Amino acid sequence: MIGSEINELIQYLAKIPGLGPRSGRRAALHLIKHKDRLLKPLADAMLKVDESIRSCVQCGNLDTQDPCLVCQDPRRDNTIICVVEQVADLWALERTGCFHGRYHILGGTLSAIDGIGPEDLKIQGLIERVHRIQVQEIILALNATVEGQTTAHYIMERLKLAEVKITALAHGVPVGGELDYLDDGTLSTALASRRSFSETS
Amino acid sequence: MDWMDTGIVLSARAHGESYAIVTLLTEHHGRHAGLIRTSKKTAALLQIGTYVRADWRGRLSEHLGFWTLEPLKITCANLLDRPQALLALSAGCSLIDLVLPDHEAHPLLYRKFLNLLEKLEKPAWQKSYVIFEICMLRELGFGLDLSRCAATGVTDNLMYISPKTGRAVSQEGGKDYAERLLPLPSFIIDLEAEVTPQDFKAGLRLTSYFLERYALEPSNRKMPSARVRLSEGIST
Repeated sequence: MIGSEINELIQYLAKIPGLGPRSGRRAALHLIKHKDRLLKPLADAMLKVDESIRSCVQCGNLDTQDPCLVCQDPRRDNTIICVVEQVADLWALERTGCFHGRYHILGGTLSAIDGIGPEDLKIQGLIERVHRIQVQEIILALNATVEGQTTAHYIMERLKLAEVKITALAHGVPVGGELDYLDDGTLSTALASRRSFSETS
Repeated sequence: MDWMDTGIVLSARAHGESYAIVTLLTEHHGRHAGLIRTSKKTAALLQIGTYVRADWRGRLSEHLGFWTLEPLKITCANLLDRPQALLALSAGCSLIDLVLPDHEAHPLLYRKFLNLLEKLEKPAWQKSYVIFEICMLRELGFGLDLSRCAATGVTDNLMYISPKTGRAVSQEGGKDYAERLLPLPSFIIDLEAEVTPQDFKAGLRLTSYFLERYALEPSNRKMPSARVRLSEGIST
């Protein structure tokens, strides 16, 4: 028999992505076993995040400060905005450490099947932002899916009148990818967007 | 139950973390859904428009069942840089998903849709798209009668469609009430005719009128947003 409080903890843990009832039980047991080292600090951290988390008014990033740390950073280039779908995409790009401009999170993509239209996304906010500050380049870092690219084309259409360079991420062979194991779609896209080899050197 | 068929992915909705409910338009089993275990490998396969070999397994035919899918062609890969073709793909898939009944074979519509997917990779796909929607109307039981003029009976110079009956009307027969009739673009009758942006827009207006009136409005549904954007995005 498990007490109702522990059972409640297990049920909540089981709802976390990647976990289920079995792994929820394992995680709960592990937390209880390491009460001082894990359970209490975790509870404190969650409480602190709950009290201070907010969505950045400028880019839509999640942070405990508003504007977020990325938007506050004075070393970042204000003239380049990278448009992403979700906060997770911003975090993925930040992990690379290659991009030093600003971000704009749309909050999803246009989807005919799920009934998500332009008014459900932060596209208008992006357009206003482009007109408000001196942006020179917009990088559309959206997923290489039908929805992602439909959204990219829609944004491009909306920004047609703004004097700004619009670029998109390349599609093709991933680092370490072997041609023999790539799917036909990736291969044909990579072939279609091939570049002059001399440009790379 | 276990059957094999070929099909086209119409939609894929996440079901929990590791599964997706995938709806296909199959050749012999019509619009059919099933569950599939998702992974990084299935991401490309589950893009709408992907042409697949499908194996469906379920205990009873009414059950959701499981798919085993093998990609034959990932259509969208060649369309990602072409906004109008991408919109046409989304519009076609969402329309079929919206209006076609479950488990009812429509081999003619299937072939027209497959033909459209092939044509989308080429510059001139507009004619195939309108023909596909006309075929969809016919398969739903609301086919247009383009054989002769409803007023005079002549078979040539057909210029309009009656919004009430869906029958063609010739220039002569419709001259007195042309503004109340829907223009019939020439490429629908004459398959060799060139398709101008105006013709394409008129074709889309024609099919959307009948689709809305007979297939969508009676069940209180709206035209898919991709289809709306497709007609709005044509610069004439």
